[in-house]
Amino acid sequence: MANKKSFALHKLHTLLGLFPIGLFVVFHLTANFQATKGPEAFNSAVQMIEHAPFLLFLEFGLIYLPILFHAIYGLYLAFQGKPNNSQFKYYRNQMYLLQRVTGVITLIFVAWHVWQTRIQKAFGAEVNFDMMADILSNPFMIVFYAVGILSAVFHLSNGIWSFLVHWGITVGPRSQRFASIFSMIVFVALSYVGLRAMFAFV
Amino acid sequence: MAEKLVHLIVTRQDTPDSTPYKEEFKIPYRIGMNVISALMEIQRTPVNAQGQKTKPVIWESNCLEEVCGACSMVINGKPRQACSALIDKLEQPIRIEPMTTFPVQRDLTIDRSRMFDALKRVKAWIPIDGTHNLGPGPRMPEVDRQWAYELSKCMTCGVCLEACPNVNDKSPFIGPFAISQVRLFNEHPTGKMNKAERLETLMDEGGISYCGNSQNCVMSCPKGIPLTTSIAHMNKETTKQALKSFFFS
Repeated sequence: MANKKSFALHKLHTLLGLFPIGLFVVFHLTANFQATKGPEAFNSAVQMIEHAPFLLFLEFGLIYLPILFHAIYGLYLAFQGKPNNSQFKYYRNQMYLLQRVTGVITLIFVAWHVWQTRIQKAFGAEVNFDMMADILSNPFMIVFYAVGILSAVFHLSNGIWSFLVHWGITVGPRSQRFASIFSMIVFVALSYVGLRAMFAFV
Repeated sequence: MAEKLVHLIVTRQDTPDSTPYKEEFKIPYRIGMNVISALMEIQRTPVNAQGQKTKPVIWESNCLEEVCGACSMVINGKPRQACSALIDKLEQPIRIEPMTTFPVQRDLTIDRSRMFDALKRVKAWIPIDGTHNLGPGPRMPEVDRQWAYELSKCMTCGVCLEACPNVNDKSPFIGPFAISQVRLFNEHPTGKMNKAERLETLMDEGGISYCGNSQNCVMSCPKGIPLTTSIAHMNKETTKQALKSFFFS
């Protein structure tokens, strides 16, 4: 009795998903969108970010560590469930499964993406428009990135819905239905931003 | 004239540890039959579809009017009460299985003890005993009584646990019904006095944070209890309780 550890960890998991990870995803996709205005615009956005003070500290504190925790605890939670979607084909049950599936896909995608960009930068490569254009010159990578971006965006959008329930903000069915619609609008909007940005490199 | 038959496929199990197997039955149809009366027919004439004599199918039932919660089973893929499952409204062959989220005792009989343990754990009662007469309790507003009454319809039938993907042997989750019962007893004017105690139990291992929001429970509840509203409401209350105990005491 009186073991509140998993309660606290779960609260932390949902909180980190939105702040800072969700905010970071929105920021990242928006910054990438600069690529639609040409290589110079994208490169100057990258330059601006790279000149931020305490960059490494911010990267670890607001991006790497939260994502690592969210991913590891999320995997633990996902594999605790036994999906029963063939038996119960309700909308929210499908979302339940998709949330877990997209979470795993996003994790694989992010790990690969970090390897291709941030870790290569640590090895001395320069992050710029050409780097992405080079990565996306491979048609397999275009598919991989598109699936990865859509998974991440879905996971975030539907995650907003779960966050609102988990923190007791949307309690009744009406507010939850409204949040469902809102989360799908976020999904469509962010997917547009993410995919447009990606295809700017192709 | 050929007699109209009802075709049943029952998942059977002889002992708690033995392997389940399927057995088919073809029983004579009667008007207004439900799954219970079909099982009673098998009890009277324990002969399977191949015409062989077999052990009568074991099940549990009491009230026969969907208020006791004893006859829960999986009928055509959905957990529900056998007493309110009318043969006329079911697609044949009717597949009848036990709710395997619970330990199967024999055939369709399951052990729902874990639910009663969960109710004890969350203190789903109102302590009114004193060493002297405590007098009448405070009155409850009629508007609150009306929705609280809906929550009190819970009959511990186990359908919400069977439908929940997060209630299984890998997870300690106590299930949706217990969370809703905390909401019920915390709303009662006398029950409110022990509100914090019940909320604390929901924050323990296997408590409210194990809900994965698949919302199958509210779609499956035979009593139409707004389980997901209860869960979200208790999410709010446990969050408040956590902040209160962290910052103030």
